Amino acid sequence: MTESTDRRATGTDRVKRGLAEMLRGGVIMDVVNPEQAKIAEDAGAVAVMALERVPADIRRDGGVARMSDPAMIEGIKEIVTIPVMAKARIGHFAEAQVLEALGVDYVDESEVLTPADEAHHIDKWAFTVPFVCGATNLGEALRRISEGAALIRSKGEAGTGDIKEAVRHLRSILGDIRAITQADSTELYGWAKKLQAPVSLVQEIAEKGELPVPLFCAGGIATPADASLVMQLGAQAVFVGSGIFKSDDPAPRARAIVEATTHFRDAGLVGKVSRNLGDAMRGEESNKVETRLSERGW
Amino acid sequence: MPKIGILALQGAVREHAQALADLGADPLDVRVPGDLAAVDALIIPGGESTTISMLLDSAGLREAIAERLGDGLPVFGTCAGMILLATEVVDGRPDQRSFGAIDIGVRRNAFGRQVDSFETDLAITGLVGEPFPAVFIRAPVVERAGPDVEILATVDDEPVLCRQGPVLVAAFHPELSGDLRLHQLFLGGI
Repeated sequence: MTESTDRRATGTDRVKRGLAEMLRGGVIMDVVNPEQAKIAEDAGAVAVMALERVPADIRRDGGVARMSDPAMIEGIKEIVTIPVMAKARIGHFAEAQVLEALGVDYVDESEVLTPADEAHHIDKWAFTVPFVCGATNLGEALRRISEGAALIRSKGEAGTGDIKEAVRHLRSILGDIRAITQADSTELYGWAKKLQAPVSLVQEIAEKGELPVPLFCAGGIATPADASLVMQLGAQAVFVGSGIFKSDDPAPRARAIVEATTHFRDAGLVGKVSRNLGDAMRGEESNKVETRLSERGW
Repeated sequence: MPKIGILALQGAVREHAQALADLGADPLDVRVPGDLAAVDALIIPGGESTTISMLLDSAGLREAIAERLGDGLPVFGTCAGMILLATEVVDGRPDQRSFGAIDIGVRRNAFGRQVDSFETDLAITGLVGEPFPAVFIRAPVVERAGPDVEILATVDDEPVLCRQGPVLVAAFHPELSGDLRLHQLFLGGI
């Protein structure tokens, strides 16, 4: 038997992406206080996203949306045993540093908050904490991965309760991946140019047939059937923002979305858990909103 | 070719399936009690133990799995799987129940939060060759091991790989490191 080494490597790709792999098939829920965090954990959430206002309220209230109060994030960390994520503004590496120092488990560099940098995202390789970033298409996803993101989520149109943007983003990302697997080696350079993404990542996709990191869905999920839809399209887990705590009766809806995400191919079960949940969040059509959050990010 | 069920309610299911397929075994997702009938052994993967525990009840799988475990079904639990197979869970949720298939007490998230998650090279009793590349993600440790439990590897003197009869548990994720030796060890015991 060879000796164990005492060396421990933290913040490696494998460790960062590994936590995302562990969240597969699960639901990550937006929460704004410890009480909601408890409801989310009780309903079977695999993680919570701590933020001050859910996207629907950010839309309604307007103003600049920033990182949450650290005291609020600490309050949530104390009450749940599941991973806690929190959002930093696009390009705001100082907010991300604070979140890392607080010991959050994942940082979401999020378009839901007001961007802090109009040209640059955070250099995520510089951190031990892993990052999740939103994307509307494959090029955006690959640029975020090249900056060190360990998990990609579709952006959708947060706070609308309208699923169509998330569907468009997933179809765009996964459709291009399917096309790349059919391309020959010369065409991959053309793909890299078209996507404005590193050719090495395009080649990796051609070889593996999927992103180098997990792909989750966010933005507009409001019902168990929405979760089933995006999982069948190829998302590996779902983020639910306003969809739970802006609905009539959050706890049973949260539980139903968890069940539907696990058994997403079982239409009978999705139907069963969808019964008598009360009204879903009212929402608004994504093409009628004033501010398109999904257009933030470069 | 042995049929190996993988509890597929939530978590890192497909990495285990890949490892098993690479070794010539036949992986099979287990989501409902009926899926269990065909399996010769079971893997309980990493994921969130609180979530998986809840989904075990709603899918009606808890009793079905407990029954097979009682009959000596070989089982391999990694991370959350180790927590679910233990006799006691410290720091879990009060309503979280485990199978009690191996006489150990475990503490969840014992190494800290995600920023403390790590990779290390692990010496494993009975494994020939290089140390095992072990990936620990918000990992549990074994705080108490009963007299019939073999301790196969430790970190800071705390057990992280244990075996008792047909039950093998790891606090880390052999399915993430691409090293098939622990899956091979498990398949060898079937």
